[in-house]
Amino acid sequence: MDFNDTSEEAAFRQEVRSWLDTNATRKSDDTQSNRARNDDPELLQKAKEWQDKKARAGYARLTWPKEFGGRGASPILQVIYQQEEANYLVPLGFFDIGLGMCIPTMMAYAKPEQLQRYVKPALHGQEVWCQLFSEPAAGSDVAGIRTKAERDGDDWIINGQKVWTSGAHYCDFGIVITRTDPNVPKHAGLTMFFLDMKTPGVEVRPIKQMSGGANFNEVFFTNVRIPDSQRLGKVGEGWKAALTTLMNERLAVGLPSGGLDIDELMELARETELEDGAAIRNQQVRSKIAEWYVQQQGLKLTRYRTLTALSKGQTPGPESSIIKIVAAPKMQDMGAFAMELMGHAGIMKEDVPFAAGFQAQWIGGAGFRIAGGTDEILRNIVAERVLGLPADIRVDKDVPFNKLTRS
Amino acid sequence: MNFDFSDDQKLLKEQVRKFLADKCPTKVVRRVLDGNETHAEDVWKGLVDLGVPALGIPEEYGGMGLSPLEVCVAAEEIGRAAAPVPFDSSVVLATEALKLAGSDAQKKKWLPELASGKAIGTLAIAEGAQPPKPRTIRTTFGGGRLNGRKLPVTDGEAATFAIALANTGGSGDRAVSLVLVDLRHAGVTKKRIETIDPARKHAELTFNDASAEVLGGEGEGWRLLEKLYDAAAVYFAFAQVGGAEAAMWMARDYALQRQAFGRAIGSYQAIKHKLADCYVKLELARSNAYYGAMMLTEDGADLPLAAAAARIAATDAYDFAAKENIQTHGGIGFTWEADTQFHYRRSRLLALSIGGPMAWKDKLVTRLEQKNAA
Repeated sequence: MDFNDTSEEAAFRQEVRSWLDTNATRKSDDTQSNRARNDDPELLQKAKEWQDKKARAGYARLTWPKEFGGRGASPILQVIYQQEEANYLVPLGFFDIGLGMCIPTMMAYAKPEQLQRYVKPALHGQEVWCQLFSEPAAGSDVAGIRTKAERDGDDWIINGQKVWTSGAHYCDFGIVITRTDPNVPKHAGLTMFFLDMKTPGVEVRPIKQMSGGANFNEVFFTNVRIPDSQRLGKVGEGWKAALTTLMNERLAVGLPSGGLDIDELMELARETELEDGAAIRNQQVRSKIAEWYVQQQGLKLTRYRTLTALSKGQTPGPESSIIKIVAAPKMQDMGAFAMELMGHAGIMKEDVPFAAGFQAQWIGGAGFRIAGGTDEILRNIVAERVLGLPADIRVDKDVPFNKLTRS
Repeated sequence: MNFDFSDDQKLLKEQVRKFLADKCPTKVVRRVLDGNETHAEDVWKGLVDLGVPALGIPEEYGGMGLSPLEVCVAAEEIGRAAAPVPFDSSVVLATEALKLAGSDAQKKKWLPELASGKAIGTLAIAEGAQPPKPRTIRTTFGGGRLNGRKLPVTDGEAATFAIALANTGGSGDRAVSLVLVDLRHAGVTKKRIETIDPARKHAELTFNDASAEVLGGEGEGWRLLEKLYDAAAVYFAFAQVGGAEAAMWMARDYALQRQAFGRAIGSYQAIKHKLADCYVKLELARSNAYYGAMMLTEDGADLPLAAAAARIAATDAYDFAAKENIQTHGGIGFTWEADTQFHYRRSRLLALSIGGPMAWKDKLVTRLEQKNAA
């Protein structure tokens, strides 16, 4: 057992490091985060420039085939690139959904001339993509969407509303799942399309989140007309296409990098005086620190097990399915606990060491437990796919969509 | 990145697993639980034939000279089967204590006998109520004679020798030493005691001027014990991971089969989420245990921290899986006839025998403080 690179991996890591050294600034400390508050237009411009630089050097999507600007490389090299890039101050986070989910779906369903047109600009950061799936009445039950697309000659007319669309306010294109037949059970009546976000009738309204940021949007479709050539997959087979997208989501969503963790919590506990001395000497505090340390290490090491499989060219086991189930509540609970250590001052936004960082985790954790699969849905997935337990009994399974009870 | 066991190690694991599935089904655990035998001698003999006690013993002392990783994979399978054999006591604690602290003569005398299964060793630390501490140990050793009373001692009846913690007259942590005592000598009385896990027999050992010798230097007992427990924590973690996994699948199988309100209970989220949590804890434990194994093999600087993390995660995983296995079974799971009790009992036994989670969490933070200060 070891954490070492193979010689090929080590050589690649060296190559990546020297490229990054030449082209970016190394972080001075590892709590600096690259996760952008991506409602900042200036940052978007910088991110586009960085993405273009990466694409030109062949680092933007290493696993993609060469014809699409990749290197046809093993997933482990993609991971190594990301590990190294995380040590530099570079603007990230704008292209993950497009390149991780939308373009792979395009690759599976779009026509060659469309790929010719769209892949390269996406890879180079010139065009940004979003994923239009969730709706006000369809979150975890995403197949319950109501946005409808109706055939009109060679075109389709889309009407409805999407929500939680990350980045829609700066995106150029999107993939959208619609209901094309309400007379059949819900999974059977869906069809997927891609569209230009500037198509007449598309209206984007940012949603201000509890954290104060505004990365998400509502997107309204009012008589949006798009040609049939923008359909992805067959009519009525949109669910199959959506699964392609969502499977790629699991590869795209990683651990949030940077931010405060055990080291900062320990420092806080050392500096905080409780009635009977420093908080770090308190057994309850020590127990909590130990439990979160075990989780933090457990997640890191679980990731190493997955990387081992990738490095050996094997398919990773299901162990990485635990990561968000553990990481999201940990973020929320540890943030809340750290604030408690500060006493009443834990509510203050300024003048209290570490307060802002832990408050951000406490607030952000509440969202992270929901985004990209709720705690509950992820447990269902583990129970069904890993343990082989039965899927929930679905009362809507054989019922035409337009006969269902609605909220 | 090579954070996994080798193909050879996986092969060994499969071999031990197959042997135990065949020779140590739950009815054997029940036989020992209900009966008088000190351990399942038939299963133990088979494990000796497979070379399990010899795996981690150097070749010069009659062993196979393999790394801790081989012992870890065997431990996981022993844990999975909840096998009623002196693995934790003899293969882990006694063997590791000798490797860690034994003189060449002591190793020459005992390690070959442990490797060949001729001897069973155990550790005798606790003295009834109160977790053991240097200042509370009343057993004394002086002039080659051991006096006092140790309980509970795992496999105390079956054991050929014990390594006991005894007061040797120093002060503070240096008040105690490890002492090796041949239990066949005069002045040793063994008495079986009742415990929560009758599938692993325990004894009270009384020493009355029993002839014994220091293991690893006078006054070094507490320091050596801490070090021994770090290694043991890693092996125990693998046994706990094996047990947790077995309990989880036992619950899952029952949840598929048991019908209530017209459907399998495994289709209800209350059950699904509980079992998903078993899996989450299991994987956290497995990953931490792997790192413990890696540090143990390299004798890495991170061993004390990795061992504590493995211990905490694996204890949590096994406790949770064992109790939720009973809960998933409902009333039938609380009967003597049900197999659910084996893991419930074993999980608590393994959780307590080298220090419980509260103590290990405290140790972990102490070690984290030391690492940060360094």
